[in-house]
Amino acid sequence: MINFQYLRTTTSKSALSLISKDKNAKFLAGGTNLIDLMKRGVATPEKLIDINHVPLKQIELVGDTIIIGALASNTAVAEHPLIKEKLPLLAMALNAGASAQLRNVATVGGNMMQRTRCGYFYDTEMPCNKRQPGSGCGAIGGFNRMHAIFGTSEKCIAVHPSDMCVALIALDAIVVLANPKGERKILFKDFHRLAGDTPQLDNNLKADEMIIRLEISVNQLAKNFHYLKVRDRASYAFALVSVAAALEISADHKITEVRLSMGGVAHKPWRLTASENFLKGKEASATNFEEAAKLAMKDAKGFGENDFKIRMAPNSIIEALTVATSKA
Amino acid sequence: MHSSDSKNNQGDSRRDFLKKSSLITAVALTPTIALKAAEGQADERFAELFERIPLNLMVNNQTYQASVEPRVTLLDYLREELHLTGTKKGCDHGQCGACTVHVDGERVNSCLSLAVMNEGKKITTIEGLANGNELHPMQAAFIKHDGFQCGYCTPGQIMSAVACVNEGHTNSRSEISEYMSGNICRCGAYPNIVDAIVEVSKGGNKI
Repeated sequence: MINFQYLRTTTSKSALSLISKDKNAKFLAGGTNLIDLMKRGVATPEKLIDINHVPLKQIELVGDTIIIGALASNTAVAEHPLIKEKLPLLAMALNAGASAQLRNVATVGGNMMQRTRCGYFYDTEMPCNKRQPGSGCGAIGGFNRMHAIFGTSEKCIAVHPSDMCVALIALDAIVVLANPKGERKILFKDFHRLAGDTPQLDNNLKADEMIIRLEISVNQLAKNFHYLKVRDRASYAFALVSVAAALEISADHKITEVRLSMGGVAHKPWRLTASENFLKGKEASATNFEEAAKLAMKDAKGFGENDFKIRMAPNSIIEALTVATSKA
Repeated sequence: MHSSDSKNNQGDSRRDFLKKSSLITAVALTPTIALKAAEGQADERFAELFERIPLNLMVNNQTYQASVEPRVTLLDYLREELHLTGTKKGCDHGQCGACTVHVDGERVNSCLSLAVMNEGKKITTIEGLANGNELHPMQAAFIKHDGFQCGYCTPGQIMSAVACVNEGHTNSRSEISEYMSGNICRCGAYPNIVDAIVEVSKGGNKI
């Protein structure tokens, strides 16, 4: 690992002041992705600002809003009674990600900030537009079994690997960002971005900003939910595809509210808006689930090795909806 | 007897050789760095890059004061500086769990944690589990159930297993497997590892 300057801070104000002074500086939270990238020579920051002592670990209910601090660990969130009761989809998705060791250290903000990536991004001998803009994409025409089928660009077909984020986009979370002038709030769905012509950018966080907390409204989606993660081994592997499904079902079995999103299929967590719109007001039935799954796949595009996802994804959507709605 | 002694000697001398050779490397490098800095071409930033950070931590109930380069991982600090070589380096990328230690009671991959991030923390490694000559119950259970073959992943497996029991994720064999999935055993001792954890969690031994 190339050496770097290490600074530690205890307030978000000083963290923001430090980051704004140096464009080659990065925040260090759990470090489970960043340190890994630094060991591979993929990330080479000159300065790390350790923010682990900034007091942003709260998990609490304020009015009708659940607040989750950016530095709460993935384990702390997944195991918290409030989250288990009010946002079980989030707890389920978190527990499907990484390993117990990594979840103990990885933070909510860090999980969001982990790089959208693939094997070519990690291999500094290979071309990768995300790592080195203009060098080409090794995955297009190369090994692309794990890659995206939605919203791809000619520059990059990597996927965002988070499970947590797939649940958060379904839950309409709000991301609160701090900057030297104050705070701003953005919708979770607007935090991450598609690769487009600038695959080096994974999200819309500005250089002088930091994630402070998440705000999630208490909802009625805590009963009929499921997070389905399909992967090469039973645990501790990235998703081939994953589906977050949460619904509100009326007494006469009508879908009054539905949230659907996918992981492992795009450069960002992928919300299935067309499928949601179709399902709203309809009966929770196998026929409708199949139609919703078909709608979700409208613009899917395979790259060879990942063509199987075009069949696996709709089946996974149907399965997630079926499991979610069969909970009594 | 004789052959086992000579084996130990070989092991020791190999480790000593590695230590000496890395010392030589360090000595060989230092003057060049110092020279470059002295040439006046290096700015303050250059000097800062080589700054060592003071570090205070407690490892296995013993306090340590040191100064380390920021890039030194907790794993390398434990192994190379404190010579606590029970904690293993497997993949060095958080994928295998061989480097698992407890930080303030929670299991973490020491390969993905910088030593300096652990200022003031309490670290427990595999060397800190036994009570003198008395094995920790999880160590005893691993031996009883033959929970290893080559043994390389075992320190990490045991540290993770102790945490798994303390976290309460031992309600079924499948839950144990799920919560132990961050520890890879290429010999495939998984069923026996789960047996050991089941026994300890059921109070066959106190933890």
